[in-house]
Amino acid sequence: MIGLVLVGVAAGALSGLLGVGGGVLFVPGLVVLAGLAQHQAEATSLLAIVPVALVGAYRQDRYGNVHRRDALLVGVLSAAGAVAGVALANALSGRQLRVAFAALMLAVAVQLLRKALRQPGDGTRRADGDAGASD
Amino acid sequence: MTIDRYLKLALIGTAAGLFSGLFGVGGGTVIVPLLVLWLGYREHEATGTSLAAIVVIAAVAAASQGAYGNVRVAQSMLIGVPAIGGVLLGTALQQRLPARTISLLFAAALVGTAVDLVLR
Repeated sequence: MIGLVLVGVAAGALSGLLGVGGGVLFVPGLVVLAGLAQHQAEATSLLAIVPVALVGAYRQDRYGNVHRRDALLVGVLSAAGAVAGVALANALSGRQLRVAFAALMLAVAVQLLRKALRQPGDGTRRADGDAGASD
Repeated sequence: MTIDRYLKLALIGTAAGLFSGLFGVGGGTVIVPLLVLWLGYREHEATGTSLAAIVVIAAVAAASQGAYGNVRVAQSMLIGVPAIGGVLLGTALQQRLPARTISLLFAAALVGTAVDLVLR
């Protein structure tokens, strides 16, 4: 019980820091500490993410960091894409796909690193003038 | 907003959904770096906008999983309610961090996720 609470706090902090849902910690936490099966843990994690992301987005909106229309567009299309992804996952072999996606993530990580090391530390530079014009 | 920008946003949304359906990797892992690299979002804006998109994604996904009877509501509250405290801490801390630090942390998280995918 105390373990679940601690994992929850850590997942929430990660979510707020990096803008992710926190499922990367929720799912193993629910499997190891609550004894759920993997598919139950993934489903349960999704429900836990909703209020966490909602509160995080609300706080970020107060700081002026949410482009609402962009978020809605990305969110709605993601929901549609996820349905296709689940269907594909059942049709394709997993291993090669996961390795290919992992390679893609490493390439993205390198891009992020290069950009981060190029930009000034205060990070106030805005590369795309219309990034804020969407609300 | 230009057509090009809409197309990029549509592509980011579709890719995030597709990959989360395929690999169970959350949407934020795809959304945040692509907003930064393709649309020139500043890191704080990318993470904030990603969280708002995740609300929609997770709500739809949780509802469909709920229909299959896989969601355990009590456990989700047990881990999710403390996480609300965590996200308040995380967002407050993030406002004090420079954009570069967020990018570096995110790159590290991507490497960790990639390793996890390969070892699975």
